[in-house]
Amino acid sequence: MAGFFKSLLQRFTKPDIDWDDLEAALIAGDLGPRLSLQIVEDLQAQQRKLHGADIVKVAREHVRKILPNSVTPMSKLDGKPKVVLVIGVNGTGKTTSTAKLAYLLNKGGAKVVLAAADTFRAAAVEQLEVWSQRLNIPMVKGPPNGDPASVCFEAYDLAQRTQADFLLCDTAGRLHNKHNLMEELKKIHRILGRKDETSPHEVLLVVDATTGANALQQAREFHKIIPLTGVIVTKLDGSGKGGVLVNIQQELGVPTRYIGLGEKVEEFQRFDPNRFVEELL
Amino acid sequence: MFSLLTDKLEDAFRKLRGMGKISESNVSDALREIRMALLEADVDFKVAKDLIEAVKQRALGEEVLKTVTPGQQIVKIFHDELEKILGSDASELDLSQPSSILMVGLNGAGKTTTSAKLAAWLKKQGKRPLLIALDLYRPAAVTQLQVLGQQLNVPVCVPAPGETDVVRATKAALAWVEQQGLGIAIFDTAGRQEVDEDLLSELKKVRDLVKPTETLLVADAATGQQAVSVANRFHETVTISGLIMTKLDGDARGGALLSMRQVTGRPVKFIGVGEKVDQLEVFHPDRMAQRILGMGDVVGLVEKA
Ligand SMILES: Nc1nc2c(ncn2[C@@H]2O[C@H](COP(=O)(O)OP(=O)(O)OP(=O)(O)O)[C@@H](O)[C@H]2O)c(=O)[nH]1
Ligand SMILES: Nc1nc2c(ncn2[C@@H]2O[C@H](COP(=O)(O)OP(=O)(O)OP(=O)(O)O)[C@@H](O)[C@H]2O)c(=O)[nH]1
Ligand SMILES: [Mg+2]
Ligand SMILES: [Mg+2]
Repeated sequence: MAGFFKSLLQRFTKPDIDWDDLEAALIAGDLGPRLSLQIVEDLQAQQRKLHGADIVKVAREHVRKILPNSVTPMSKLDGKPKVVLVIGVNGTGKTTSTAKLAYLLNKGGAKVVLAAADTFRAAAVEQLEVWSQRLNIPMVKGPPNGDPASVCFEAYDLAQRTQADFLLCDTAGRLHNKHNLMEELKKIHRILGRKDETSPHEVLLVVDATTGANALQQAREFHKIIPLTGVIVTKLDGSGKGGVLVNIQQELGVPTRYIGLGEKVEEFQRFDPNRFVEELL
Repeated sequence: MFSLLTDKLEDAFRKLRGMGKISESNVSDALREIRMALLEADVDFKVAKDLIEAVKQRALGEEVLKTVTPGQQIVKIFHDELEKILGSDASELDLSQPSSILMVGLNGAGKTTTSAKLAAWLKKQGKRPLLIALDLYRPAAVTQLQVLGQQLNVPVCVPAPGETDVVRATKAALAWVEQQGLGIAIFDTAGRQEVDEDLLSELKKVRDLVKPTETLLVADAATGQQAVSVANRFHETVTISGLIMTKLDGDARGGALLSMRQVTGRPVKFIGVGEKVDQLEVFHPDRMAQRILGMGDVVGLVEKA
């Protein structure tokens, strides 16, 4: 998380602007070649008015405008559990983020139940179970290779019975181009709807900050299957800048809600667009 | 079937029709499209730039073939160049027994799954794989490898309960391997970010103890512009001997592989094409080049011309 706008600032001190260098820096943040080019072209159009040092400011403003003013916090519902479905491709950090979100909500005074709906991957249930024990948050699991939808169904019962505020469902990783696995996700969605037709109330796509252009494709495909209400960008403690979240916001209008900043449970925050453009990106 | 890139190149090259040779001025639109295609496939900015320069030199002055379109022709030149970079050397694993393989990479790249896949593949070759769990951080990482080992009927070495010191766990594992007699030991390490100096130096200690015959960097096909930094840092720290790209059953174009190959100079050993343990394949540079360029069967067409 070097903060490429900051390093840009150091490079663009001269009055003449190296456009290639600027484009390179934007692309390096995984903003994608098209958006990067768009920014460069916009800037070039105002070239006469600009000084090298203004470039950073203008580029930053450009990105900031795409992002929303503020990000909606995770509020409780009245008298019933709020169901949060956590989805995404393999290995992005769904299970870890589910635990982190549970911890955050729990710390804020909410009562949380976890559903271990990845019945497929080796030791996926055990992984969430370790978190559930460490955090002392109840978890519902099913038999190995069982039906993930029925795990969520049963977990809903527990959440309702114990008057929990949130039910967080961790699902198996699935690549968005696998038809059967996407159908399975639809089924989870459908079954949860039987308990409460407005459920799931939140569908969060977990995206790895290390991912390049494919992250947008992932978001597009998942969004087609189940409308997303937010994105969690993980691994921002690495060198990935998570620029793709800007593309996802721009094209699909789906805001980033949380960010992951490490493997530890407390290394998780609500997304702050201002901080993102000023420090992270 | 032609791809988007070829379509765009057709536009760029419409002007070229009727001209005898590819020249600096008529090639520039096409090169811009190719550059965009490479960047959209997540090829590193600088790697893409150097590549385009090299190809431009080669393309300039080439006769425009009559039977294919110039767009197809230039894609073919690019394809050949990519194929050369991706697969110019043999990618055999060192399979003499005893030997050892160290698996390294970012969090969630697919190291544990690929360790199991390699074990399955080695068994098929008539070798005796051993799996060693060295991830002490991720919850249930050890159990994950144990479950996979059981499925494959491959012995798995697990750290002592409550062990938190990776160096001590590695020493114990080496003693275990010794006892097992001949075999190929696959060491599954914890995922780490390449900017985490503490975790990198820990990995170096493990490497120094294990003295692996192969050190494989496992990377996700969807990796973005971070690829160069990842490959550089892991290579500097533990000297990798090869690359494995996972999740190529997705639709990521996988341009990161080109960057990683370029900066490390190390060959691609295998690719992962699914979550199951038998979904490991040998690497085909030609297919990968086509995938990165996002093209159809242009190559066959041009070769026939
Ligand atoms: N450095 C870092 N690592 C993270 C972060 N979030 C998750 N991880 C790590 O990424 C790896 C994968 O995380 P998981 O939570 O298992 O990912 P998943 O999406 O549930 O994976 P599958 O269920 O197999 O698809 C683990 O090593 C986590 O510790 C983060 O914000 N920073
Ligand atoms: N579709 C697909 N999934 C894969 C492939 N290789 C691994 N995976 C999945 O990717 C996810 C992460 O794999 P792991 O093997 O746990 O990754 P890891 O590198 O060991 O993760 P950490 O130890 O947490 O760093 C799991 O859901 C795997 O099933 C592949 O080639 N294709
Ligand atoms: Mg998981
Ligand atoms: Mg692992």
